[in-house]
Amino acid sequence: MRVSVEPDPVNAEPLDVQQLRGDFPVLQQPMNGHRLAFLDSAASAQKPQAVIDAERGCYERYYANIHRGVYQLSQQSTQAYEGVREIVRQFLNADSEREVVFVRGATEAINLVAQSFVRPMLGPGDEVLITGMEHHANIVPWQMITEVTGARLVVAPVLDDGQLDMDALRERISDRTRFISVVHVSNTLGTINPVEAITALARERGIPVLVDGAQSAPHMTVDMQALGADFYCFSAHKTYGPSGAGVLWGRLEHLEAMPPYQGGGDMIRTVTFEKTEYAEPPQRFEAGTPNIAGVIALGAGLEYMMGIGRNRILDHEVGLLEYANEAIKEINGLRVIGTAPDKAGVISFVMDHAHPHDIGTILDMEGVAVRAGHHCTQPLMQRFGVPATVRASFGLYNDRADVDQLVAGLRKVNELFG
Amino acid sequence: MSDLRALYQEVILDHNKHPRNFRAVDPHSHGADGHNPLCGDSLRLELRVDDNGMIQDIGFQGTGCAISMASASILTECLRGKTVEEARTLFDQFHRLVTEEATDSDPDLGKLAVLAGVRDYPMRVKCATLPWHTLQAALQNQPEVSTE
Repeated sequence: MRVSVEPDPVNAEPLDVQQLRGDFPVLQQPMNGHRLAFLDSAASAQKPQAVIDAERGCYERYYANIHRGVYQLSQQSTQAYEGVREIVRQFLNADSEREVVFVRGATEAINLVAQSFVRPMLGPGDEVLITGMEHHANIVPWQMITEVTGARLVVAPVLDDGQLDMDALRERISDRTRFISVVHVSNTLGTINPVEAITALARERGIPVLVDGAQSAPHMTVDMQALGADFYCFSAHKTYGPSGAGVLWGRLEHLEAMPPYQGGGDMIRTVTFEKTEYAEPPQRFEAGTPNIAGVIALGAGLEYMMGIGRNRILDHEVGLLEYANEAIKEINGLRVIGTAPDKAGVISFVMDHAHPHDIGTILDMEGVAVRAGHHCTQPLMQRFGVPATVRASFGLYNDRADVDQLVAGLRKVNELFG
Repeated sequence: MSDLRALYQEVILDHNKHPRNFRAVDPHSHGADGHNPLCGDSLRLELRVDDNGMIQDIGFQGTGCAISMASASILTECLRGKTVEEARTLFDQFHRLVTEEATDSDPDLGKLAVLAGVRDYPMRVKCATLPWHTLQAALQNQPEVSTE
């Protein structure tokens, strides 16, 4: 993908991971008598001190409800909260901070787009196109709206190595396709999808596209100018920020034309019992008191990432993935699910003699935190004919010692079950 | 390895590798499917109960982790020849064994006591109890049960 180095520093130096680990208090504790090897950042990343301080600082120094308060604390809170839109704008290289809507997370962002943008344009026989590697959050909202409108959900399949079948996707775009929603990076397989090629295809036909960035925003530079999407979303808790906050980015022309998602305070211009005039975006989509401190800490997480440089984070994580791919070759009976050439730092695998949950428990006893299960991608599990996988995923604080600890744990699994 | 061995005792590993009564029961008087949607464990349990309430035959099929497979396998071994009433009592005893603070296991539990180790792993208790909830559903003529 095209990368824009602004505003990340132009710096090709490898990460000083040992120093960065020091930024994460939770990583300092031992786990079951071992050093903690946290390999579950794809589910949720740990938080650096800067993020913890930002959330805490808001509550300790200047917390008040935002907007319309005429007293100083409220003005400070409002400035801090609204200031995060500019940080997000930079993070996404978006045109305007008015295109930045704060939501609870990627799930809410997709539901918002489904209900406010896509549902009104769907009729019987219309189609929404997704892929076979979507997270449930990018499946269920589309089922909900296609069911009530008589539209159809169409799925582009996944190849055996975990790549998206682009030929099939092309074929599945029809003159009834009204919307395409596609995951940027698969949370289960790690596959980085060629989303720019998909948005180009869609643009030729005038079909708007949402890119689910829950797993791309934490790992790489994302540039809304290059992406060609109409909507993009991510969750703060995966970009080293707090849970319960996230971002929907949408092209202003769309946001301006969309009805609100929820009604309430803070999203109106005037209210009478006869008629309500809605506020302009992004406020139109932020009904009620938002997660004020959470959004402020979200901003701190993005600044932390940009301060390090997202190109360096990606290089580091991909380097670690290559190291891990080699290291796990020595484990008998281990099969990796998802071996696409373009992959982020995620390894999903199964083992011949041990079930993912047993592997997860044994690794936990060795201080290694991994996820075992379907990773909210049940259709993808069916596609690969496995009930569950073990998933190890990397964040900027992981190092080779974490991988070595994982491999040592997997040896124990084979000792017990082999 | 000691903690590991406390949970994954030889008996459990053996039943996981060589599950007993891993088959359909034909004909059967009771049957149910049990699922744990959280981890994808899925098993089918079938029984033939005679007019006197005696479990004449019992078998299971399915996929799951070592804990759920071993628990199902040991369950079928323990319950054949028992009455439905005795099975219900064992269910209660087993449930206490895997959820309550370390107490001496009921002598009636016999081999089932090897599963006591799961009580130290709250996330895994459901694995051990899935076959038992499936049994209960089968005896109550519910076709399906789901634990999460």
